[in-house]
Amino acid sequence: MKTLDVQVWRGDETGGFEKFEAPAQENQTVLDVVTWIQRNADPSLSYRFACRVGMCGSCAMTVNGRPRWTCRTHVSRVAKDGRLKIEPLLNLPVIKDLASDLKPFFDKWNAARGTFEAAIKREDPLVPISPDQPERAAANAAIECINCAVCYSACDMVGWKPSYLGPAALNRAWAAWNDVRNDNRLDVLKAVSDDAGCHNCHSHQSCSEHCPVGLNPTLSIAGLKRATSKALLKGNLK
Amino acid sequence: MMRPTRKHSGYWAFLAHRLSGLGLALFLPLHFLALGTAIQGAAKLNSFLEWTENPLAKFAEIILVILLSAHLTGGLRLLALEFLPWSERQKTWISIGAGISLAAGLAMLFNLI
Ligand code: SF4
Ligand code: SF4
Ligand code: FES
Repeated sequence: MKTLDVQVWRGDETGGFEKFEAPAQENQTVLDVVTWIQRNADPSLSYRFACRVGMCGSCAMTVNGRPRWTCRTHVSRVAKDGRLKIEPLLNLPVIKDLASDLKPFFDKWNAARGTFEAAIKREDPLVPISPDQPERAAANAAIECINCAVCYSACDMVGWKPSYLGPAALNRAWAAWNDVRNDNRLDVLKAVSDDAGCHNCHSHQSCSEHCPVGLNPTLSIAGLKRATSKALLKGNLK
Repeated sequence: MMRPTRKHSGYWAFLAHRLSGLGLALFLPLHFLALGTAIQGAAKLNSFLEWTENPLAKFAEIILVILLSAHLTGGLRLLALEFLPWSERQKTWISIGAGISLAAGLAMLFNLI
C-alpha cells in the first residue's frame, strides 16, 4: 500500500512536528488525511472543520508552507512526492495542534466596522437597488467571503504589524462602504483610515493570490484607500 | 528560503521596487559627494569625471539606470494599481514594468560598449 509521509504540528507555539504515516488514496483531501490520523493514529489531535464543502471557512491550515482550505485541497495537487507538512494558520496564536485562535481575526473584523446598519425602518418602503449600480457591483464582488482567514495568514503586513486590520476585515469594510442602504458608511471609512487601517497595505497581493474563493482583497483595499483619501480632502473624516 | 506565500509576481514586484529604492538611497549621498567636489574647483570635479570613464564605473552606471527605471516603473505600477479601476490581477503591469526597465538598461549598455 502506498503511504503519505505526514508531519503534523503538535502543541501550542512552543510545540513541534510529529510524524505520521497515512494511507495514500487516489482521491483525497488534506482534511481527509488529518481526519484519518485523528481517527486511526492519535485521537488527541485537535483541528477544526464543519461543512467539508468549502462553505464554512473553519478548516484552514498551513499546508506545505501555504495557507489553504483543507477540505477542498486535494493532496495530489499539493504533495507530488507524497510529503505533507501541516501546521496551524500563520499570523494567529495557536490553541493546540492545528487549531489556531481566531479571536484577533474576528476582533479586527468588528474593528473595521463592516456591520450593516439599516438606514430605513421595517415600515418604510423598500428602496430599489439596481444590480448594475457601480456601488452594488463592487459590494457583490467582495461579498462572498467565508471568513477562513487564509488571506490574513498569507499577508506579510499582518506579520510585520500585528495591529493591522488585514485583508479580510478590510475587504468586508469595502463591501459595507459600497452598500448604499447602510447607515454607517462614513464610520466605516473612519474605522479603516486610522493607524491600523487600509493605508498599511503594500499591495503585495498575497491575499488575493491565496483566497480560496477567488476574492481580491487587494482591489478592495485599493478602493478603500481612494475612498478615504477623497473623504479626507472633502473634510469628512474628522 | 523564500516563504512559499511570497512566490508570486506581486511580491516580486514589491521586492524589486523596495530593493531598487534602497539601492538608490545608498547612491544618493555618493552622488552629492561627487557634485560637492565642484566646490573645491573645476579641476577636482573634472578629475573625478575622468575617473568615472573606467569600465567598473560604467558598469555601475548601467546598474544605476536599471535601478532607476525599475523604481520608476514600480512606482507607476503601484499608482495604477491603487488609483485606476482594475479587475484583473495586474501581472501584465509587472511584466511591462520589468520589460521597460530592462530595455532602458540594455539601451544604456549598447550605447556605452
Ligand atoms: S495586498 Fe495588502 S492586505 Fe493583501 S497581502 Fe498584501 S499587504 Fe496584505
Ligand atoms: S477574503 Fe478569501 S481568504 Fe480572506 S477570509 Fe475571506 S474567503 Fe478567506
Ligand atoms: S470544512 Fe468548511 S470550508 Fe472546509
